[in-house]
Amino acid sequence: MAQVQLAAAHGQPVQDDVSQAPLALRGVTVSYGAEPVVLSVDMTVVPGAMTAIIGPNGAGKSTLLKAALGIVTPLAGQARFWGTPLKTARDRIAYVPQRASVDWDFPTQVLDVVMMGLYRELGLLRRVRPRHIAHAMQCLERVGMAGFADRQIGQLSGGQQQRVFLARALAQRAELYLLDEPFAGVDAATEMAIIDVLKSLRDDGKTVVAVHHDLSTVEAYFDRVFLINRRRMAEGPVAEAFTSDALQATYGGRLSDGFVARSA
Amino acid sequence: MGAEFVALSLPPLLIGTLAAMACALPGNFLLLRRQSLIGDAISHVVLPGIVVAFLLTGAVAALPMMIGAAGAALLAVLMIEAIRRLGRIEPGAAMGVVFTTLFAGGVLLLERSDTSGVHLDVEHALYGNLESLIWLDASGWASLGDPAALAGLPPELPRMALTLLAVLAFTLVLWRPLKLSTFDEGFARALGLPTTLIGLGIVVMAALAAVAAFDAVGSIIVIAMFICPPAAARLMTNRLGRQVIWSLGFALLSAVLGYTLAGYGPLWLGYTASVSAAGMIATVSGVILGLAALFGPHRVA
Repeated sequence: MAQVQLAAAHGQPVQDDVSQAPLALRGVTVSYGAEPVVLSVDMTVVPGAMTAIIGPNGAGKSTLLKAALGIVTPLAGQARFWGTPLKTARDRIAYVPQRASVDWDFPTQVLDVVMMGLYRELGLLRRVRPRHIAHAMQCLERVGMAGFADRQIGQLSGGQQQRVFLARALAQRAELYLLDEPFAGVDAATEMAIIDVLKSLRDDGKTVVAVHHDLSTVEAYFDRVFLINRRRMAEGPVAEAFTSDALQATYGGRLSDGFVARSA
Repeated sequence: MGAEFVALSLPPLLIGTLAAMACALPGNFLLLRRQSLIGDAISHVVLPGIVVAFLLTGAVAALPMMIGAAGAALLAVLMIEAIRRLGRIEPGAAMGVVFTTLFAGGVLLLERSDTSGVHLDVEHALYGNLESLIWLDASGWASLGDPAALAGLPPELPRMALTLLAVLAFTLVLWRPLKLSTFDEGFARALGLPTTLIGLGIVVMAALAAVAAFDAVGSIIVIAMFICPPAAARLMTNRLGRQVIWSLGFALLSAVLGYTLAGYGPLWLGYTASVSAAGMIATVSGVILGLAALFGPHRVA
């Protein structure tokens, strides 16, 4: 009921597809201090597609994902997954945090990190069976890291660390994958490996949403874009929503140091 | 020799060892969360709690003092969180402000109140009274099987043993969430883990260990054990499970070696008096950390 009111309050048609959308945000506002970082954002993720969340630094891209996942508590608004609250959808969602958000000196091994993706299956005390380990190894295999299972995570390169995070998300066997800057600071080979995995997920009918900052690869990698600069600026298929007007509106004067310079 | 050892040395040795291990265990997680200072903070802030408990009850009794200490620890945690959030400053600074203020308040309370007649002073708070925890009912190793003699054991011994058991049970049962939320809090929250509660649980376990150990062994051992054995253990291995086991081993080694050196070391060197066991145990743990930093196989280059 509340979501209908919120959507109506923003002057948008109340859409049926909230119940189908792997993720639907309505009126989400997040603030860390006085200034809101994300302001009354609506977002409707289309199933079976790859969506890029794009916007300048500080535009609230990561915060939007965190608010959807309950990692930060929004001031207002709500997130629905397939029409249900987060609580009942957790087993169908995988999350890849920013690589820089954790301490890679932590005393643990690559395989251990991937096994963390099985936590909802293993719980507090359930025994780790050979099939669990086999599954984790398969996930490492998919990102080309099977040979590194016993390595301490601090000994990996940035790209390798990112692949391990992706393998952990794969281990979750989810239907919706939310990734925060999966290509930040990785080598070209890793970027290709990651995009291959994400595309194969999409081809299997999964839904992928990634915070992305490289405007030059948007068209090659993604089906849809969501432009944000605190507020929602545009949303839709790349061909329709990824326009220079929308980018200009999203990035304002800052676009010149980004996309235009790169494509020139 | 046997009778004297069982009566005079065994209880303080066991209590010191149990206290060291109980503090080192949660210290592992504090270290990895970069919250080691919280152990320092807790062991300081329990002082005003203990003094207030004494002023209210007028006696040096274990239970009210533990309640007072726990209350002060809780107050400190809330103050640290409040200052950190409202003041938007880093946790280290918030802890520094809170624990020095509360400790200073405790010292003032001690001075202004009439505690001169009882064994409650700043030195006691720092060093504890490990050497005085003797077992007068013991007549030899056989006393360990004699219920009547066992009833005369210093109450700190079963209290410390229970504390270690509680901290150990907490760590074993919650091992996976503890590890997950310490390594990657965002991911843990996305899985639905109550990470704030887990973080609070670690601090409560640390507070429990600190409060229980404080009376017996003083804050010097508590502070040292929260940091030195886990830090040394981290340099010995790249696996969390092994790190925890190493840290317990280092805590045990520090307690046994420190107690022995304090009691007999000066005699070997030709001095007549022994030195503070608490001070020596803490020093040994620092030396172990130094050796691990120099020779440990997993130092970060």
